[in-house]
Amino acid sequence: MQIKESSKIYDAVIVGSGAGGGMATKILSEAGLNIAVVEAGPHFDPSNPDQQTQMKWPWESPRRGANTQRTFGDFDALYGGWDIPGEPYTRKDGTKFDWFRARMLGGRTNHWGRISLRFSERDFKHKDVDGLGDNWPIGYEDVKPYYDKVDKLIGLFGSKENLPNEPDGFFLPPPKPRLHELFYIKGARKSNIPVIPSRMSMLTKKINPERGVCFYCGQCNRSCSAYADFSAGSCLIFPAQKNGGQIDLYNNAMVREVLTNSEGKATGISYIDKADRKEYTLRAKVVVLAASACSSARILLNSKSPQHPNGLGNSGNTVGKYLHDSTGSGRSAFVPDLVNRKMYNEDGVGGMHVYTPWWLDNKKLDFPRGYHIEVWGGMGMPNYGFGFNANEYNKFFGLKVGGYGNSLRSDVKKYYGSVVGFGGRGESIAMEDNYCEIDPSVVDQFGIPVLRFHYNWSDFERKQAKHMHETFDELIHNMGGEALSAAPGADREYGLEAPGRIIHEVGTTRMGNDPKTSVVNQFQQLHDANNVFIVDAGPFVSQADKNPTWTILALSWRTCDYIVEQLKMQNI
Amino acid sequence: MDRRESIKSLFIGAAAGGLALASCQPEISAEAQEAMATGATNYGRTPEEDAQIAALHAQQFFTPHELESLAILTALILPENEDFPSAASVGVPDFIEFMAKDYPAFQTPIRGGLMWLDHISNRRFGLEFKKLEPAQQHEILEEIAYPDLAVSEGARPLEVRFFSLMRNLTLTGYYTTETGIKDLGYQGNMPNVWDGVPQEVLDQHGMAYEEAWLAKCIDQKTRGNIASWDEQGNLLT
Repeated sequence: MQIKESSKIYDAVIVGSGAGGGMATKILSEAGLNIAVVEAGPHFDPSNPDQQTQMKWPWESPRRGANTQRTFGDFDALYGGWDIPGEPYTRKDGTKFDWFRARMLGGRTNHWGRISLRFSERDFKHKDVDGLGDNWPIGYEDVKPYYDKVDKLIGLFGSKENLPNEPDGFFLPPPKPRLHELFYIKGARKSNIPVIPSRMSMLTKKINPERGVCFYCGQCNRSCSAYADFSAGSCLIFPAQKNGGQIDLYNNAMVREVLTNSEGKATGISYIDKADRKEYTLRAKVVVLAASACSSARILLNSKSPQHPNGLGNSGNTVGKYLHDSTGSGRSAFVPDLVNRKMYNEDGVGGMHVYTPWWLDNKKLDFPRGYHIEVWGGMGMPNYGFGFNANEYNKFFGLKVGGYGNSLRSDVKKYYGSVVGFGGRGESIAMEDNYCEIDPSVVDQFGIPVLRFHYNWSDFERKQAKHMHETFDELIHNMGGEALSAAPGADREYGLEAPGRIIHEVGTTRMGNDPKTSVVNQFQQLHDANNVFIVDAGPFVSQADKNPTWTILALSWRTCDYIVEQLKMQNI
Repeated sequence: MDRRESIKSLFIGAAAGGLALASCQPEISAEAQEAMATGATNYGRTPEEDAQIAALHAQQFFTPHELESLAILTALILPENEDFPSAASVGVPDFIEFMAKDYPAFQTPIRGGLMWLDHISNRRFGLEFKKLEPAQQHEILEEIAYPDLAVSEGARPLEVRFFSLMRNLTLTGYYTTETGIKDLGYQGNMPNVWDGVPQEVLDQHGMAYEEAWLAKCIDQKTRGNIASWDEQGNLLT
């Protein structure tokens, strides 16, 4: 036997170290369990000076921050992206899906937008409203206690608004709006579009002695060296280690499959160590998958055994199906009232200080689900791309565009901070025919069969995107702005981003009471093997018009409480 | 001037641009200068990323003549003024050299564009572009510096596209230097406490904060107090 087996038996092995895996690491280790955390990328700590990109200047990068090396530019914290050398994936029938993967401790939480929204009761039971998709087997009251605990443990700012579909939580106070956000508020109100303070997981106030308070550099995508934003390493895994948790971290370890015994129960996992390219196994009483929705589905589908010939958890042929991402489309506008601005530091938090939650009744519209609007703009730090088409907005004043010489210096200053942009992020309907599966013909560099995607948007999403652009046009008009591009038409699916581009992919191991149509039960426990759990976004039945992270965290915590209880009762 | 000297002189120009402003932010300038002097980076690269950057630095794409032409052209696009140096003297040609290696799709349009400039200069004035009198250089630039916006970018004449690319790279290269950021007046990338838009700016733009909205926002005097809430989620501290 050439596969190297560890003799140690862990109480739990956790695959992945992002939001779901980080939370599982904290909760299970603090319950006294002996844990292995297996992460496909290197260790990362934003306070490590060798890894820190926060507070760097553009000239420190020879490419001035361009995105030729890292997906979101040189200063973004993320290792990984939609294309990773040696880790291909394929697409079926000419359909599109772009699969984003992080490869680092903490995963995507190191660079995400920190938009931290709770799902509402309607979000969990939306089939009751419009007959589409499926209801979750749980509702808001099941998750609320965990949302509350996540709020207090991790911290987020926001405001109590008493909106039925945007449940309030335990908020830190939000920062004041920036100038362009005041323009947005004013413009939106003319059309009765509500705007409220955004809800994001940065600390505007101290929540414990260990973590810093936001110092408003606007660089949360670089991951905060003071731990004033939520990243799974900074806020969950490192504190769990400091609390004396028994945690073995396996970095650069690419998990291949879950191993099972003759009774069909999991005995551990196998992984490939990227350093020596050998296969190893780890043994554990419980396996917790948190590798991201599609990666966890891939691991399950590759875990074939006599007891699970169709892949682990796949007796109902549901693994990989119902894959769905948020819809996304955006526009931007030049706002003449924002030219010739006085200079001051308006970096603020990383991202928007205000946003628009979904505000309309879909019964009166030709598409079933809503979207929220994110806002951007301001006098940000110059980076690669700053100064491109420097005086293009001269065209709105009937002035010549182009040229050379020192007049460009005044053009650059004139237009600095005069653009406002909008991003619509909406709910799509989970459909059985949007899925990932194993492509038996293609291998990755670790010898593991890869995923193949099949995904089409439907008219539900296309009509929603069309509505987004009608809204953007109205907002731009109300702000006295000039759209920088025309609303995309039907030929471009109304500007809908390709599925996968919004990086909210969920649903591949969905939750339900019926093993024939779902993969896990309400505690995210496999119907087919009771010591395997999934705590990433795979179990989402529907994604709401919300960003998934806060719900991943709450559900992971809920599942971990259940695991500890079941272990105590010797049920698993 | 041989190639090595040419690169060296451009390089010294870049370092001097940084030095002139060193007094504003000494610790950052020191870092940046070290990076410029050694080619080593200090901005959170992984070992693999650093190796890739070092490999790009070890190559040379543009010839000495092309670099000299780039220095002339970038200084025409953004010349010095009373307060600030030209783009060429804060290392923009070096930045373009790096980008041509980092993003190879730039190589042919820039190399060919420079050749086009020399061709038209030779035809018209019997000299390469870099050796023309400024008035002659301006005469050529006047013809290529103003794109016709009614024509889509990809359909414009090659020389217009070349000049637009050079203007973009020159401005982005300049405004991402310490000098450029000072020229622009960007005030951020500094630890601070955001407490809203300054009143005179609100006044200038005819904006005001609403009391009801401000009442929700952080009172920055309390930012250091550890948060606690009552059971309804009302903040107590």
